[in-house]
Amino acid sequence: MRKVTGMLWAVLLALPLAALAANQPQEKILANGLKVIVKEDHRAPVVVSQIWYKAGSMDEHNGTTGVAHVLEHMMFKGTKSVPAGEFSKRVAAAGGRDNAATDTDFTFYHQVIGRSKLPLVLRLEADRMHNLLLSEKEFSKEIEVVRNERRWRIDDKPHAQVQVQLMATAFEANPYHWPVIGWMDDLQHMTVQDARAWYQAWYAPNNAVLVVAGDVKAPEVFKLAEQYFGPIKRKVLPVRKPQQEPEQTGIRRVVVKAPAKWPYLLMGWKAPRLKDAAKDSDPYALEMLAGVLDANTAARLPKALVRDSQIASEIGAGYDSVQRGPDLFEIDGTPSEGKSVEQLEAAIRNELEKIKRDGVTEEELARVKAQVIASRVYQRDSVFYQAMQIGQMEITGLGYQNIDTRIEKLKAVTPQQVQDVARKYLIDDKLTVATLDPQPLSEKQPMAPPKGLRDEK
Amino acid sequence: MGLAMTMKQVCQTLGKQFSVGVFALLLTAAPVYAGVKIQHWQAKSGAKVLFVENHDLPMLDVAVDVDAGSRRDTPEKAGRAALTVHLLQLGAGGMNDDEIARKLADIGAEMGESFDPDRAGYRLRTLSSPRERDQALDIMAKVLQQPGFPETVLTREKARTIAGLKEAETRPENIAEKAFFKAIYGNHPYALPGDGEVRTVSKLTRQDLIDFYEAHYAASGAIVSLIGDVTRAQAEAIAEQLTAKLPRAQPQAALPPVVPLTQASTLRIPHPATQTHILIGAPGIARGDPDYFTLYVGNYVLGGGGFDSRILTEIREKRGLAYSAYSYFIPFKQPGPFQIGLQTKKQDADTALQVARATLAAFIKTGPTDAELDQAKNNIILGFPLRIDTNRKILDYLAVIGFYDLPLTYLDDFTRNVDKVTAQQVRAAFQRHVDTDKMATVMVGAPEAAAK
Repeated sequence: MRKVTGMLWAVLLALPLAALAANQPQEKILANGLKVIVKEDHRAPVVVSQIWYKAGSMDEHNGTTGVAHVLEHMMFKGTKSVPAGEFSKRVAAAGGRDNAATDTDFTFYHQVIGRSKLPLVLRLEADRMHNLLLSEKEFSKEIEVVRNERRWRIDDKPHAQVQVQLMATAFEANPYHWPVIGWMDDLQHMTVQDARAWYQAWYAPNNAVLVVAGDVKAPEVFKLAEQYFGPIKRKVLPVRKPQQEPEQTGIRRVVVKAPAKWPYLLMGWKAPRLKDAAKDSDPYALEMLAGVLDANTAARLPKALVRDSQIASEIGAGYDSVQRGPDLFEIDGTPSEGKSVEQLEAAIRNELEKIKRDGVTEEELARVKAQVIASRVYQRDSVFYQAMQIGQMEITGLGYQNIDTRIEKLKAVTPQQVQDVARKYLIDDKLTVATLDPQPLSEKQPMAPPKGLRDEK
Repeated sequence: MGLAMTMKQVCQTLGKQFSVGVFALLLTAAPVYAGVKIQHWQAKSGAKVLFVENHDLPMLDVAVDVDAGSRRDTPEKAGRAALTVHLLQLGAGGMNDDEIARKLADIGAEMGESFDPDRAGYRLRTLSSPRERDQALDIMAKVLQQPGFPETVLTREKARTIAGLKEAETRPENIAEKAFFKAIYGNHPYALPGDGEVRTVSKLTRQDLIDFYEAHYAASGAIVSLIGDVTRAQAEAIAEQLTAKLPRAQPQAALPPVVPLTQASTLRIPHPATQTHILIGAPGIARGDPDYFTLYVGNYVLGGGGFDSRILTEIREKRGLAYSAYSYFIPFKQPGPFQIGLQTKKQDADTALQVARATLAAFIKTGPTDAELDQAKNNIILGFPLRIDTNRKILDYLAVIGFYDLPLTYLDDFTRNVDKVTAQQVRAAFQRHVDTDKMATVMVGAPEAAAK
């Protein structure tokens, strides 16, 4: 059995990526600094357009946290020529779907639409890059929506609150410290002027990457990009201070109390991010370590903690090396009924000690690699996902050309490297632990305070 | 509008979003889309097979579904259907759960259970190179046809399910959904929560699952859907391999009809959350209902079309009361729910509820405007290619077409069926199917003050 397994992954790993790859992306940089990347894919008569602005919550300042996301909402609220609500309406009328998302590292806007409608979405996207109105009237309504979004995403979700506290405790100096949606008090005090200042500062062609993927021809897309975005002037961008997180030299712990049934444990170790796709090695070993721990249900953590000892009802490990800011290697879990977070933490530490002491096997690594390679094929079924990969590699400065480099580097990781990074990074001095202390649901709740007082914490 | 209008004029008119007649829409909205070529046959095993041959990518997607969703549960054994499908891949054909997981991962295959009130089954995604494909399908075949239901695994998974149920009891969205389904379905099995109840799951035995499997996982009721890099001959062999050894067919217990609500109800459940979760609804339509497309298009205007919808416009855009607000019909094998939903700051709950009810009432009274209907139809018709632009999406359609006995031309006819819908039809259909005096309302985290 083992021999058959060996043969299979060896065959998979031997498949040259060129055989698996489809068209390579093509790029053009306009005079105003806008980078345009086109990935042709002619399987379906559909095009995906994504514009990525290198402006996210990590570029904010305390006091106006959440403004990047607020501005994302305001981008749908009217330009000089396209009234509030019309952007989405026109895309919908043309059979398209559109949305946007804000993250620590970026804000991106996307449409999926029939291939013949690309000019429409590019024209609309270029228009709001520099003609956004940002009226007080629209802002005052939309900020209420954002506050409700925060309540829905965070305030009423105990696990989300734990995640917020982990980040806030692990990162003190770096803006990863605050949640993308912002502190509620900042949302209560945000003004339309804050949003305008953000827009003026960051929304410029030289701060953006346009990724177009699907049933299009690159030369035609470049021509359209030039036509619609070309006339927009570049801007001098604000200085981005490094806000380097000081080295963590001791374990940190934080507790969150919220109405819930079970406790919850979230652990995060400071880890390096990917800076040079070809030269770095630790981030790849860390990715493989996360895979050995949790890439499938036979992996170390689910096997040991959910199945064998049954100390956890849920367990997971995660690490994403592609980001602009400081990184964390995370493990989280829910203790089984009758078990505590202390017991769960001890069991997790035990599993990590095994790896530090005895390493991982070639077979385990091969299994993770097989999944990575197969995923690369499966991703070709989604043009949207392919466009996202390109966008993320570009925003972080890694370059879309390195998407396949990463696969090659992952394939080359050795068991020794995995053991080494476990020993080097998964240590207490780099660790932050956030736990949920579940509180009973209470019928007693504070009445709405009298008018004139702040009613949100 | 006469047919004498040129194509160019019609396109310009649509671009300005003027109200246009049906003819204009037909002229512009009948682009020639590459169709999905569905091959279909009955396997020797009795299973129904739907297959799309597609060699674009070196991969294969397979789904196998049976009539073993949560509607096959009883109140005393709520959660049995879910636990049965869940356990299949945790021990089968002489392999334990570890082995199955390892062997799938070794070849980069992805397999998972799928489950809803009507259907239970498995989905597999594999590379199509012979070694990988054969190993993946061998595992899937064993999982479906030789499950072991190991006792120790069952004990463990029952505990995990119960842990999940207890946590769900604290979460406003879960509390709301559970109360809503109970309110609109009463004694019908659609009222039962998919994962069951703590009390019922703790009593489930291995024999319960075996009995359920033997009764509901027959080949004659199975649907096999495939899309990808195999030939027809290979697809035939795969379908047979996956279903030939399924249990023999047994007579299925007749299910009670879904009964319309006879009166309105409002349930206010306290919760310390900052938001109130509101659900309003009643039983809606079943798959194959002649009003399906009319209601689908109409609902786009009411609450399914995002920012094009009245509900989101009134609740979010005009008043900032919620981040998410929607309405939908989900058709099941028997009438599935019609539901309006939103989450709002506790202090605004009664206002939001009032606005939602008023929006619904106004829509039912007058139906959509011509402009609203055109917007809906433009979006759905011109957006049709987005429904079938990945193998995964096509697989989902094959499974739905197969399970619900939809015509094989369902996708080919889709845009035409949408185009036929008129405003009067929408109004009439909503008046037939939605009675605003007999709907259930659930509010979780409702404020202490009584409703206005």
